[in-house]
Amino acid sequence: MHNPQLDSNGGLRHLLTLDGLPREILTEILDIATPFTEVAERDVKKLPVLRGKSIFNLFFENSTRTRTTFEIAAKRLSADVVNLNVSTSSASKGESLLDTVDNLCAMQADMFVVRHAASGAPFLIAQHLFAHGRKDIHVINAGDGRHAHPTQGLLDMYTIRHFKGDFTNLSVAIVGDVLHSRVARSQIAALKTLGVPDLRVIGPKTLLPATLEQYAGLRVFHNMDEGLRGVDVVMMLRLQNERMNGALLPTPQEFYKSWGLTSERLALANSDAIVMHPGPMNRGVEIDSAVADGSQAVILNQVTFGIAVRMAVMAMLAA
Amino acid sequence: MQLPDAEELVQRLIEQIRPQITPHTALVGIHTGGAWLAERLQHALGIETPLGTIDVSFHRDDFGERGLSSRPKRTQIPFEAEDSHIILVDDVLYTGRTVRAALNELFDYGRPARVELAVLVDRGGRELPIAARYCGHTLEVEPPASETLELGRDETGVLSLKITHA
Repeated sequence: MHNPQLDSNGGLRHLLTLDGLPREILTEILDIATPFTEVAERDVKKLPVLRGKSIFNLFFENSTRTRTTFEIAAKRLSADVVNLNVSTSSASKGESLLDTVDNLCAMQADMFVVRHAASGAPFLIAQHLFAHGRKDIHVINAGDGRHAHPTQGLLDMYTIRHFKGDFTNLSVAIVGDVLHSRVARSQIAALKTLGVPDLRVIGPKTLLPATLEQYAGLRVFHNMDEGLRGVDVVMMLRLQNERMNGALLPTPQEFYKSWGLTSERLALANSDAIVMHPGPMNRGVEIDSAVADGSQAVILNQVTFGIAVRMAVMAMLAA
Repeated sequence: MQLPDAEELVQRLIEQIRPQITPHTALVGIHTGGAWLAERLQHALGIETPLGTIDVSFHRDDFGERGLSSRPKRTQIPFEAEDSHIILVDDVLYTGRTVRAALNELFDYGRPARVELAVLVDRGGRELPIAARYCGHTLEVEPPASETLELGRDETGVLSLKITHA
């Protein structure tokens, strides 16, 4: 099958999804990110890797944190960054997605970082570029609909590797609203590829996709206490109120009662388990403040590593 | 071509550098060969400032073409670069582009008082105005561009020079 992410030599051309991305490339991204974490400690926090390149942040959906970390990553690599908040510009005047892209190509764009509410939008852009012979322009998916958020998945893998070293002896639990979560899909794809032997998904039936069973070796729990027992990594998901229509769950308070991560529940996991969250957190809904601010939380480390991982992806695409 | 004995050249370098050492002197080796060499010099010269290492992958001017072919290593400057006396160490001096990249990288950590260059072998072929202050050996005949001259290290830590053909 043609993988639109890879060029004819098997190198990374676009980063659209972690699903189907070979283990070697996943590991290579994490390896390259490692020296980038140290750039933050220098007087001059810049490397000339993307000097003279123009990167367009195309955000059709708001996300301050993701956009900011992409912007910092690009700037630390000396790129010129243009932020387009498309929801308030041409798109609202009726311009199509691909017309917007063509216009930016005419402005000598080298890379697009795309966030879109529609699953597959970054694929559409990548295909469009390919059809027009623009192999020199790269696309990074910064989150599309319910589909994928590959750089979030990668920074989560970086965080796990940083604290746990090896993936092949880990128990990892993903907890909460998996149904609406592109983050969870990217996490599951990467954790499977990297060889995590015990992968668990915990949540109410209404918020777990029916297709989860297709992943061999993945275990589904509808009881949080059972699911958390003995895990090394707890990956919380945000309850996505804005994506929910219909009565999938009663109230946030009730959700917290059954699925919120409290200190008592965390005590069921291994004593050195780490707690992750992709942010933004709903304190008192999916996670208790005592846990979010506790010693096992690595949530702010994730944000810092996110910059290095995004630098690594951009450097690989430009190489 | 007859290549000189690397271990002998290391001794020559040590004798050249020794009189110039001050309490502010620090060595910085360029990955990978230069880092091995710097380790040896550091030990032999009894330099107390912790050893620095530089990987220039991200500062190369041909990054676009070369890409990230090899895994980048860490750049570590574990001392105050500001106002220090730094001796940059590399195994082979050729076009000078690696040294140029290392200087750029170094200056991101501060403004050293003085930077000098020490190399085991100068093979000629310079493309930039760069010269070594300390040099173990200068090849009289410049090898063709298709030949790569590099430093190797065996399990016991003994250094040797070798030529590989592209």
